[in-house]
Amino acid sequence: MAQYQNLFTSVQPVGPVHEGVELPRDDDKRIGKPFLFHLLGRIGNAQIGPVYLGSLGVASLLLGIFAFNIIGFNMLASVDWNPIQLVRQLFWLALEPPPPAYGLSFPPLEQGGWWLIVGFMLTASIILWWARTYRRARQLGLGTHIAWAFAAAIWLYLVCGFFRPIMMGSWSEAVPFGIFPHLDWVSALSLRYGNLFYNPFHALSIVFLYGAVLLFAMHGATILAVTRYGGEREIEQIVDRGTASERAALFWRWTMGYNATMESIHRWAWWFAVLSPLVGGIGILLTGTVVDNWYLWSVKHGVVPAYPLDGPVVMDPALMGAK
Amino acid sequence: MSMLSFERKYRVRGGTLFGGDLFDFWVGPFFVGFFGITTLFFVLSGTVLILWGAAMGPTWNLWQISIAPPDISYGLRLAPMMEGGLWQLITVCAIGAFVSWALREVEICRKLGMGLHVPVAFGMAILAYVSLQVIRPVLMGAWGHAFPYGIYSHLDWVSNTAYQYLHFHYNPWHMIAASLFFATVLALAMHGGLVLSATNPGKGEVVKSPEHEDTFFRDLIGYSVGTLGIHRLGLFWHSLGCGSVSSVSL
Repeated sequence: MAQYQNLFTSVQPVGPVHEGVELPRDDDKRIGKPFLFHLLGRIGNAQIGPVYLGSLGVASLLLGIFAFNIIGFNMLASVDWNPIQLVRQLFWLALEPPPPAYGLSFPPLEQGGWWLIVGFMLTASIILWWARTYRRARQLGLGTHIAWAFAAAIWLYLVCGFFRPIMMGSWSEAVPFGIFPHLDWVSALSLRYGNLFYNPFHALSIVFLYGAVLLFAMHGATILAVTRYGGEREIEQIVDRGTASERAALFWRWTMGYNATMESIHRWAWWFAVLSPLVGGIGILLTGTVVDNWYLWSVKHGVVPAYPLDGPVVMDPALMGAK
Repeated sequence: MSMLSFERKYRVRGGTLFGGDLFDFWVGPFFVGFFGITTLFFVLSGTVLILWGAAMGPTWNLWQISIAPPDISYGLRLAPMMEGGLWQLITVCAIGAFVSWALREVEICRKLGMGLHVPVAFGMAILAYVSLQVIRPVLMGAWGHAFPYGIYSHLDWVSNTAYQYLHFHYNPWHMIAASLFFATVLALAMHGGLVLSATNPGKGEVVKSPEHEDTFFRDLIGYSVGTLGIHRLGLFWHSLGCGSVSSVSL
């Protein structure tokens, strides 16, 4: 009964490494000598490298490394330069944005000034990396779909750390750098504005998030199930449909009455993955700027039941005129 | 006809797990099979029960309709119909429908000579559901610990459960599950984007090959997992994610 399901590559043919498709003449040289790593080859390609660095890559990495190190040194300073405490408390340490009193002005370095500098560096690094993603694709004659998907994620990042703080008039609204601190920021934001679960854009964002995971499971599993017919060679299957595509399509047609094609499933995938941060960003941008309490908003619009309160009635402080 | 141009030659007899040839037929695009019949039975029963519950409830507002599990005081006993008995029957119908659907997928896989990856992956999702609705409530000693069936009421349940145990952001299994979910979506965006960019390279460009795909990611980050590997990643991460969700509940 046991059949080969192609979950791992059991036999790895080893040939010469691939140096990569030829680049246009005005590009730099790729760096690093490619080598094979057997364990990786059990799941995917065994080859690591070469990599194209280029000026965009160097600039992006430099700024990223600077940002990372400044965050690290600020954390180290917060435990009185004790390296043991840095390791012990690492998950709890943070580089926090300025306190609310500074609004959108530039505060002293240890009062959030470093946070602003790091935010600028990290943002510059990410945008340079985006440009690199775009340029590498164009230089190989590929479409720029990955760059635009990446842009959707950058949108969410900028909403949380840049657009929303500006609309709220204070850098203190932004996300701290740190493991638990950024999680605390998420829950504090949620609770302050009446629970983000009642934010319809947040709900839609999660639908796309889970939908994307579901799609990838369906797609990954379908392709693996037809690898015995060469189904993982998707580009060939797209331009010249073979029995792998036909079986994959019929599987879903017979299961749920509808099927994508080998090409369109990747459009479904791209849109689900892109819409998750895109819609989520809209939801965050509206939080506190347009809507002050998503629970009351949802009661007003009739989407949640107004629960009977057993205990003492607690007023939302935001409704009592408190600033 | 609801048949694709190439479909007829694939519509062959056999591959069923149960019922022999009796239910080995199609209705429109759908394959039926014995488990199609059981799926239909459970889906219809469950839907009717939900509609019944909604009719007896206070609202027809789609967002607010909710069918709650029995009160904690009922423990693991059967509850009266309007006190959570409906929820218990609907849960039975849901599990029956999910499992029937998975077994029907197995039959279709066998018919098409495909691997069993899809039903197995679906099985991981069913496991996550069963651990939330059956295993955890049983371990905790009351059906009342399961989540209600309603669009916003199940969100309330998630929120309440998370805060009842202080904070789910600090639950390491929740962290792992969330990280896997985000990583899966990232990988999906990159995979979907890569295939589209190779097959839609823009005006005047020819369609590119997997060599271009590998080269793009090697140029970018020094490693490309490859056409086979990316689908394994998608499947494994999803499964691990579902597994983590199950563990979260326990």
